[in-house]
Amino acid sequence: MGKFRGLIVVDRERCKGCNLCVVACPLHILALAGKRVNKKGYHYAEQTDKGLCNGCASCAIVCPDGCITVYKKKEE
Amino acid sequence: MTEEEIMRPENLVYKKPALLNDNPMHYCPGCSHGVVHKLVAEIIEEMGMEEKTVAISPVGCAVFAYNYIDVDWVEAAHGRAPAVATAIKRLWPDRLVFTYQGDGDLACIGTAESIHALNRGEHIAIIFINNAIYGMTGGQMAPTTLMGMKTSTCPYGRVADLHGYPLKFTEIAATLEGTCYVTRQSVHNVAAIRKAKKAIRKAFENSMAGKGASLVEIVSTCNAGWKLSPEKANQWMEEHMFKFYPLGDLKDTTAITEDSL
Repeated sequence: MGKFRGLIVVDRERCKGCNLCVVACPLHILALAGKRVNKKGYHYAEQTDKGLCNGCASCAIVCPDGCITVYKKKEE
Repeated sequence: MTEEEIMRPENLVYKKPALLNDNPMHYCPGCSHGVVHKLVAEIIEEMGMEEKTVAISPVGCAVFAYNYIDVDWVEAAHGRAPAVATAIKRLWPDRLVFTYQGDGDLACIGTAESIHALNRGEHIAIIFINNAIYGMTGGQMAPTTLMGMKTSTCPYGRVADLHGYPLKFTEIAATLEGTCYVTRQSVHNVAAIRKAKKAIRKAFENSMAGKGASLVEIVSTCNAGWKLSPEKANQWMEEHMFKFYPLGDLKDTTAITEDSL
Protein backbone atom coordinates (compact mmCIF):
# COMPACT_ATOMS: atom_id res chain seq x y z
CA MET A 1 0.00 0.00 0.00
CA GLY A 2 1.34 3.37 -0.98
CA LYS A 3 2.11 5.90 1.69
CA PHE A 4 0.73 9.39 1.42
CA ARG A 5 2.49 12.60 2.34
CA GLY A 6 0.28 15.46 3.35
CA LEU A 7 0.76 19.14 3.90
CA ILE A 8 -1.51 21.71 5.46
CA VAL A 9 -1.46 25.47 4.98
CA VAL A 10 -3.08 27.44 7.80
CA ASP A 11 -4.45 30.92 7.06
CA ARG A 12 -2.86 32.39 10.19
CA GLU A 13 -4.68 35.71 10.09
CA ARG A 14 -8.08 34.00 9.77
CA CYS A 15 -7.38 31.40 12.49
CA LYS A 16 -9.03 32.07 15.84
CA GLY A 17 -7.08 29.49 17.82
CA CYS A 18 -10.16 27.48 18.84
CA ASN A 19 -8.09 24.29 19.20
CA LEU A 20 -10.67 22.07 17.45
CA CYS A 21 -8.22 21.01 14.70
CA VAL A 22 -5.66 20.07 17.36
CA VAL A 23 -8.22 17.75 18.97
CA ALA A 24 -9.37 16.33 15.61
CA CYS A 25 -5.90 15.41 14.29
CA PRO A 26 -5.60 11.60 14.52
CA LEU A 27 -1.79 11.80 14.45
CA HIS A 28 -1.53 14.50 17.14
CA ILE A 29 0.81 16.66 15.08
CA LEU A 30 -1.03 19.97 15.44
CA ALA A 31 -0.65 22.51 18.21
CA LEU A 32 -1.44 26.13 18.87
CA ALA A 33 1.57 28.44 18.48
CA GLY A 34 2.94 28.87 21.98
CA LYS A 35 4.06 32.48 22.21
CA ARG A 36 3.26 33.75 18.71
CA VAL A 37 -0.04 35.41 17.89
CA ASN A 38 -1.72 36.82 14.79
CA LYS A 39 -2.93 40.41 14.37
CA LYS A 40 -6.06 39.72 16.41
CA GLY A 41 -4.05 38.20 19.25
CA TYR A 42 -5.04 34.59 18.73
CA HIS A 43 -2.53 31.74 19.05
CA TYR A 44 -2.91 30.24 15.58
CA ALA A 45 -2.69 26.51 14.80
CA GLU A 46 0.44 25.02 13.24
CA GLN A 47 1.94 21.65 12.43
CA THR A 48 4.55 20.40 14.88
CA ASP A 49 5.84 17.49 12.77
CA LYS A 50 5.44 18.15 9.05
CA GLY A 51 6.88 14.80 7.94
CA LEU A 52 4.14 12.73 9.62
CA CYS A 53 1.05 14.32 8.04
CA ASN A 54 -0.87 11.94 5.75
CA GLY A 55 -3.33 14.49 4.38
CA CYS A 56 -6.49 13.06 5.96
CA ALA A 57 -8.01 16.57 6.12
CA SER A 58 -9.71 15.98 9.50
CA CYS A 59 -8.34 19.31 10.73
CA ALA A 60 -9.71 21.18 7.72
CA ILE A 61 -13.16 19.54 7.94
CA VAL A 62 -13.68 20.52 11.59
CA CYS A 63 -12.25 24.04 11.21
CA PRO A 64 -15.19 26.43 11.77
CA ASP A 65 -13.52 29.25 9.87
CA GLY A 66 -12.18 27.29 6.91
CA CYS A 67 -8.59 28.34 7.58
CA ILE A 68 -6.90 25.10 6.55
CA THR A 69 -5.99 24.00 3.02
CA VAL A 70 -4.82 20.39 2.64
CA TYR A 71 -2.58 18.86 -0.03
CA LYS A 72 -1.86 15.15 -0.39
CA LYS A 73 0.58 13.28 -2.65
CA LYS A 74 1.37 9.59 -2.96
CA GLU A 75 4.95 8.73 -2.14
CA GLU A 76 6.84 7.06 -4.99
CA MET B 1 9.58 14.94 -1.47
CA THR B 2 9.75 18.68 -0.88
CA GLU B 3 6.92 20.88 0.32
CA GLU B 4 6.72 22.55 -3.10
CA GLU B 5 6.12 19.17 -4.73
CA ILE B 6 3.22 18.40 -2.42
CA MET B 7 1.72 21.89 -2.55
CA ARG B 8 0.49 21.77 -6.15
CA PRO B 9 -3.08 22.30 -7.36
CA GLU B 10 -3.39 18.67 -8.52
CA ASN B 11 -2.67 17.46 -4.98
CA LEU B 12 -5.32 19.65 -3.36
CA VAL B 13 -7.57 17.65 -1.03
CA TYR B 14 -9.51 20.26 0.86
CA LYS B 15 -9.89 24.00 0.83
CA LYS B 16 -12.38 26.57 1.99
CA PRO B 17 -15.32 26.59 -0.47
CA ALA B 18 -15.13 29.55 -2.87
CA LEU B 19 -18.70 30.55 -1.96
CA LEU B 20 -17.57 31.20 1.61
CA ASN B 21 -15.88 34.56 1.14
CA ASP B 22 -12.84 36.00 2.90
CA ASN B 23 -14.72 38.21 5.36
CA PRO B 24 -13.62 37.26 8.88
CA MET B 25 -16.59 35.63 10.62
CA HIS B 26 -17.85 37.38 13.75
CA TYR B 27 -18.56 34.05 15.47
CA CYS B 28 -16.66 33.17 18.64
CA PRO B 29 -13.68 30.80 18.20
CA GLY B 30 -14.92 27.22 17.84
CA CYS B 31 -18.57 28.12 17.11
CA SER B 32 -20.58 25.45 15.28
CA HIS B 33 -22.08 28.12 12.99
CA GLY B 34 -18.81 28.29 11.04
CA VAL B 35 -18.86 24.58 10.25
CA VAL B 36 -22.50 24.69 9.13
CA HIS B 37 -21.83 27.78 6.97
CA LYS B 38 -18.99 25.87 5.36
CA LEU B 39 -21.20 22.85 4.70
CA VAL B 40 -23.96 25.00 3.20
CA ALA B 41 -21.44 26.74 0.91
CA GLU B 42 -19.94 23.41 -0.17
CA ILE B 43 -23.33 21.89 -0.93
CA ILE B 44 -24.57 24.87 -2.96
CA GLU B 45 -21.32 24.73 -4.94
CA GLU B 46 -21.64 20.98 -5.51
CA MET B 47 -25.24 21.39 -6.67
CA GLY B 48 -24.22 24.25 -8.99
CA MET B 49 -26.92 26.49 -7.49
CA GLU B 50 -24.73 29.53 -6.79
CA GLU B 51 -26.85 31.83 -8.96
CA LYS B 52 -30.20 30.26 -8.07
CA THR B 53 -30.19 30.22 -4.29
CA VAL B 54 -32.13 32.53 -2.01
CA ALA B 55 -31.41 32.10 1.67
CA ILE B 56 -33.20 33.72 4.59
CA SER B 57 -31.16 34.70 7.60
CA PRO B 58 -32.66 34.89 11.10
CA VAL B 59 -32.24 37.20 14.05
CA GLY B 60 -29.61 35.77 16.34
CA CYS B 61 -25.94 35.03 15.95
CA ALA B 62 -26.43 34.01 12.30
CA VAL B 63 -28.00 37.38 11.42
CA PHE B 64 -24.87 38.33 9.47
CA ALA B 65 -24.76 35.05 7.52
CA TYR B 66 -25.28 37.16 4.38
CA ASN B 67 -21.79 38.59 4.87
CA TYR B 68 -20.14 35.20 4.58
CA ILE B 69 -21.90 33.06 1.96
CA ASP B 70 -22.07 34.66 -1.50
CA VAL B 71 -25.66 33.85 -2.48
CA ASP B 72 -28.78 36.03 -2.39
CA TRP B 73 -30.05 36.60 1.12
CA VAL B 74 -33.11 38.13 2.71
CA GLU B 75 -32.99 39.18 6.32
CA ALA B 76 -36.33 38.37 7.96
CA ALA B 77 -37.91 39.86 11.07
CA HIS B 78 -37.35 37.84 14.24
CA GLY B 79 -38.74 34.33 13.74
CA ARG B 80 -40.44 35.14 10.42
CA ALA B 81 -37.90 33.47 8.13
CA PRO B 82 -40.20 30.53 7.14
CA ALA B 83 -42.95 33.01 6.17
CA VAL B 84 -40.52 34.95 3.95
CA ALA B 85 -39.21 31.67 2.51
CA THR B 86 -42.79 30.62 1.69
CA ALA B 87 -43.34 33.76 -0.37
CA ILE B 88 -40.03 33.47 -2.22
CA LYS B 89 -40.44 29.78 -3.03
CA ARG B 90 -44.02 30.24 -4.24
CA LEU B 91 -43.02 33.11 -6.53
CA TRP B 92 -39.79 31.46 -7.71
CA PRO B 93 -40.27 27.68 -7.67
CA ASP B 94 -37.00 27.12 -9.54
CA ARG B 95 -34.92 28.70 -6.78
CA LEU B 96 -33.30 26.83 -3.92
CA VAL B 97 -34.86 28.48 -0.88
CA PHE B 98 -33.71 27.71 2.62
CA THR B 99 -33.81 29.39 6.00
CA TYR B 100 -30.99 29.31 8.51
CA GLN B 101 -32.33 29.77 12.03
CA GLY B 102 -31.23 29.37 15.60
CA ASP B 103 -33.29 27.96 18.45
CA GLY B 104 -34.34 31.37 19.75
CA ASP B 105 -35.58 32.36 16.32
CA LEU B 106 -37.18 29.10 15.21
CA ALA B 107 -38.33 27.47 18.44
CA CYS B 108 -39.30 30.56 20.43
CA ILE B 109 -40.56 33.70 18.71
CA GLY B 110 -41.02 31.97 15.36
CA THR B 111 -42.70 28.77 16.54
CA ALA B 112 -46.00 29.58 14.85
CA GLU B 113 -44.45 30.53 11.49
CA SER B 114 -42.17 27.50 11.54
CA ILE B 115 -44.87 24.99 12.42
CA HIS B 116 -47.32 26.36 9.86
CA ALA B 117 -44.74 26.59 7.07
CA LEU B 118 -43.74 22.97 7.75
CA ASN B 119 -47.36 21.85 8.07
CA ARG B 120 -48.31 23.51 4.78
CA GLY B 121 -45.55 21.46 3.18
CA GLU B 122 -43.83 24.46 1.60
CA HIS B 123 -40.99 23.23 -0.59
CA ILE B 124 -38.32 24.85 1.54
CA ALA B 125 -35.45 23.57 3.66
CA ILE B 126 -34.99 24.79 7.20
CA ILE B 127 -31.62 24.54 8.91
CA PHE B 128 -32.17 24.74 12.65
CA ILE B 129 -29.13 25.39 14.83
CA ASN B 130 -29.95 24.23 18.36
CA ASN B 131 -27.41 25.25 20.98
CA ALA B 132 -29.89 25.37 23.89
CA ILE B 133 -29.15 29.01 24.68
CA TYR B 134 -29.59 32.57 23.39
CA GLY B 135 -26.05 33.08 22.17
CA MET B 136 -26.17 36.58 20.70
CA THR B 137 -27.79 38.37 23.61
CA GLY B 138 -25.48 36.92 26.24
CA GLY B 139 -26.46 33.36 27.13
CA GLN B 140 -30.04 33.64 28.41
CA MET B 141 -32.36 30.66 28.82
CA ALA B 142 -33.98 29.50 25.58
CA PRO B 143 -37.00 27.19 25.11
CA THR B 144 -34.50 24.45 24.25
CA THR B 145 -32.35 24.87 27.39
CA LEU B 146 -31.93 21.54 29.15
CA MET B 147 -33.31 20.84 32.62
CA GLY B 148 -30.82 21.87 35.27
CA MET B 149 -28.70 23.80 32.78
CA LYS B 150 -27.35 27.09 34.10
CA THR B 151 -27.75 30.26 32.02
CA SER B 152 -27.62 33.95 32.88
CA THR B 153 -31.42 34.08 33.42
CA CYS B 154 -31.60 30.79 35.34
CA PRO B 155 -28.33 30.92 37.30
CA TYR B 156 -29.39 28.06 39.61
CA GLY B 157 -30.33 25.80 36.71
CA ARG B 158 -33.58 25.34 34.80
CA VAL B 159 -36.39 23.93 36.95
CA ALA B 160 -39.72 22.65 35.65
CA ASP B 161 -41.92 24.48 38.19
CA LEU B 162 -40.59 27.87 37.24
CA HIS B 163 -39.40 27.55 33.65
CA GLY B 164 -41.28 24.65 32.14
CA TYR B 165 -39.75 21.95 30.00
CA PRO B 166 -37.39 22.11 27.02
CA LEU B 167 -39.06 22.06 23.61
CA LYS B 168 -38.27 19.23 21.22
CA PHE B 169 -39.17 21.11 18.08
CA THR B 170 -37.86 18.50 15.67
CA GLU B 171 -40.08 15.82 17.21
CA ILE B 172 -43.08 18.12 16.74
CA ALA B 173 -42.09 18.73 13.10
CA ALA B 174 -41.86 15.00 12.48
CA THR B 175 -45.55 14.59 13.37
CA LEU B 176 -46.69 17.14 10.76
CA GLU B 177 -48.09 15.90 7.45
CA GLY B 178 -46.31 18.51 5.35
CA THR B 179 -42.76 17.55 6.26
CA CYS B 180 -40.94 15.04 4.06
CA TYR B 181 -37.58 14.89 5.80
CA VAL B 182 -36.89 15.64 9.45
CA THR B 183 -33.52 14.84 10.92
CA ARG B 184 -31.24 15.76 13.79
CA GLN B 185 -27.50 15.95 13.22
CA SER B 186 -24.44 17.39 14.87
CA VAL B 187 -21.06 18.80 13.80
CA HIS B 188 -18.79 17.86 16.70
CA ASN B 189 -16.42 15.53 14.81
CA VAL B 190 -15.46 14.53 11.28
CA ALA B 191 -17.95 11.63 11.02
CA ALA B 192 -20.82 13.77 12.31
CA ILE B 193 -19.91 16.60 9.92
CA ARG B 194 -20.01 14.23 6.93
CA LYS B 195 -23.44 12.94 8.02
CA ALA B 196 -24.71 16.48 8.55
CA LYS B 197 -23.54 17.41 5.06
CA LYS B 198 -25.47 14.52 3.54
CA ALA B 199 -28.56 15.53 5.51
CA ILE B 200 -28.43 19.17 4.39
CA ARG B 201 -27.83 18.08 0.79
CA LYS B 202 -30.87 15.81 0.96
CA ALA B 203 -32.99 18.62 2.38
CA PHE B 204 -31.91 20.94 -0.45
CA GLU B 205 -32.62 18.28 -3.05
CA ASN B 206 -36.08 17.67 -1.57
CA SER B 207 -36.73 21.39 -1.82
CA MET B 208 -35.77 21.44 -5.51
CA ALA B 209 -37.76 18.27 -6.25
CA GLY B 210 -40.87 19.78 -4.63
CA LYS B 211 -41.30 16.95 -2.17
CA GLY B 212 -42.32 19.06 0.80
CA ALA B 213 -40.70 20.79 3.74
CA SER B 214 -37.44 19.53 5.19
CA LEU B 215 -36.05 20.32 8.62
CA VAL B 216 -32.43 19.65 9.55
CA GLU B 217 -31.69 20.30 13.20
CA ILE B 218 -28.01 20.67 14.01
CA VAL B 219 -27.29 20.17 17.70
CA SER B 220 -24.55 22.74 18.25
CA THR B 221 -22.31 24.21 20.87
CA CYS B 222 -22.22 27.74 22.23
CA ASN B 223 -18.93 27.63 24.06
CA ALA B 224 -19.05 31.34 24.98
CA GLY B 225 -22.59 31.04 26.35
CA TRP B 226 -21.88 27.77 28.10
CA LYS B 227 -18.64 29.23 29.55
CA LEU B 228 -16.54 26.33 28.29
CA SER B 229 -13.62 25.94 25.89
CA PRO B 230 -14.62 24.77 22.37
CA GLU B 231 -13.20 21.31 23.11
CA LYS B 232 -14.97 21.01 26.48
CA ALA B 233 -18.19 22.33 24.93
CA ASN B 234 -18.15 19.48 22.41
CA GLN B 235 -17.65 16.98 25.23
CA TRP B 236 -20.45 18.55 27.27
CA MET B 237 -22.74 18.39 24.25
CA GLU B 238 -22.00 14.69 23.73
CA GLU B 239 -22.64 13.91 27.39
CA HIS B 240 -25.75 16.02 28.00
CA MET B 241 -27.35 17.29 24.79
CA PHE B 242 -27.38 13.98 22.92
CA LYS B 243 -29.30 12.31 25.76
CA PHE B 244 -32.20 14.70 25.37
CA TYR B 245 -31.73 15.42 21.66
CA PRO B 246 -30.76 12.02 20.18
CA LEU B 247 -29.24 12.18 16.68
CA GLY B 248 -30.72 10.49 13.62
CA ASP B 249 -33.52 10.71 11.08
CA LEU B 250 -36.94 11.19 12.64
CA LYS B 251 -38.93 11.11 9.45
CA ASP B 252 -38.07 10.42 5.84
CA THR B 253 -40.91 9.92 3.40
CA THR B 254 -38.52 10.19 0.45
CA ALA B 255 -36.61 7.04 1.39
CA ILE B 256 -37.17 4.00 -0.81
CA THR B 257 -38.54 1.30 1.46
CA GLU B 258 -39.86 -2.18 0.72
CA ASP B 259 -43.43 -0.90 1.09
CA SER B 260 -42.99 1.78 -1.56
CA LEU B 261 -41.52 -0.56 -4.14
